[in-house]
Amino acid sequence: MAHAHKLEIFRGLLKFKSNTQKIWGVLIFLSIVTAVEVVLGIFKPPSLVKTSFLDMKLLNWIFIILTLVKAYYIAWDFMHLRDEKSSLRRAIVWTPIFLVCYLVMILLFEATYIYDIFKNGFFAWNF
Amino acid sequence: MDTTVTTGNEENVWGGGNRPLGASYGKLMMWFFIVSDALTFSGFLASYGFSRFKFIETWPIADEVFTHVPFFHGNYPMIYVAFMTFILIMSSVTMVLAVDAGHKMKQNAVIWYMFLTIIGGAIFVGSQAWEWATFIKGDFGALETKGGRILQFVNAETGERAAVTEFAAALQEDRVADARDKGIWFSDGETLPSVSLNEVIEGFRANPNILIRTETINEEGEKTLLTREESLGRLKDAVRVVEGANLIRNEYGSRLFADFFFFITGFHGFHVFSGVVINVIIFFNVILGTYERRGHYEMVEKVGLYWHFVDLVWVFVFTFFYLV
Repeated sequence: MAHAHKLEIFRGLLKFKSNTQKIWGVLIFLSIVTAVEVVLGIFKPPSLVKTSFLDMKLLNWIFIILTLVKAYYIAWDFMHLRDEKSSLRRAIVWTPIFLVCYLVMILLFEATYIYDIFKNGFFAWNF
Repeated sequence: MDTTVTTGNEENVWGGGNRPLGASYGKLMMWFFIVSDALTFSGFLASYGFSRFKFIETWPIADEVFTHVPFFHGNYPMIYVAFMTFILIMSSVTMVLAVDAGHKMKQNAVIWYMFLTIIGGAIFVGSQAWEWATFIKGDFGALETKGGRILQFVNAETGERAAVTEFAAALQEDRVADARDKGIWFSDGETLPSVSLNEVIEGFRANPNILIRTETINEEGEKTLLTREESLGRLKDAVRVVEGANLIRNEYGSRLFADFFFFITGFHGFHVFSGVVINVIIFFNVILGTYERRGHYEMVEKVGLYWHFVDLVWVFVFTFFYLV
């Protein structure tokens, strides 16, 4: 592999002088995101827990989005996807994203349906 | 676009030697494996989501389950898992530094970074083992009803959880564990809990400040606390004492919760373990100078991909098991 590394993150907002420096920069960013997640997880701000969007608490949406952000930087900078050809990158990234979204959609709809049956149907399970 | 391959004539396109993805065979195969393994983990996490949405009102709250930190007493939700996450990210960083040093053909730097990566992985696996042990041991104990629901206990004065062993009455009972030498020779009975069902029930009746907490999550996002009268009523449904967790039942709530915990973190822990083993092999190869003679350190890069993938999966497990 060529030694060419793309040394910018945040779409060029942050430029690093060397690959090593970029690695430490990404580590700091990932640690900050994890710290934010943990603090939110411990304190659970009521405003975020009470409001829900698309049947899920706002806090959980924040957790999922932060997770995807972390996953992006791990894949792009630690696994060097940023330096790969875009065809390889797209093949690796979009295949699982498509399949996972499909599976999750099916299973969560089904689960909500079963929940409704347990709750409202003529079916006793909590005896 | 750097995706299109432009070649002069058609013979060159089919004649071989083209590298449209610009990656070596080994790296591509590692990516194939990673994508398929990512789908396996997604399947597990999606089925976890399925069970959770199915029992959305009664699912255990992770903050109340994972509250322990080694060498410290008290209630510290999330802290230890956050530490484990940090260790794994840190070992990912030393791994990528090893890859970087490999590109520059710095053998000694690769050795040190690989060494640190292995240490990080070992700490993580050890932490997970400890986490499992704590989870299996349990801390407060609970009762199970005829319908398989879990009843936990709370001290009404302090609002803290009450352990069954604290308030259980000491009765003179003969309880014999169904061991092979005592009962049926070909099967072991279940391990006896430290207190019997009768002792818990008598102890509950004798302590008016103990209340029952059900699995149901109320409007505030907390587990529902029953009044004393309701508690005494629910106590009649209890059929057994549950302490800790196994694959059949657990004191934290839904049975599936422990099953998924063991399965998903176990599968991930096994990945970390095999990652450590592979890292050790590569580590010795680096020391022996194999890659120095080969002229490149691509092998380090390939195990690096696997190691980062393990970290990537943990990021998702952390979110869906401990945070959400």
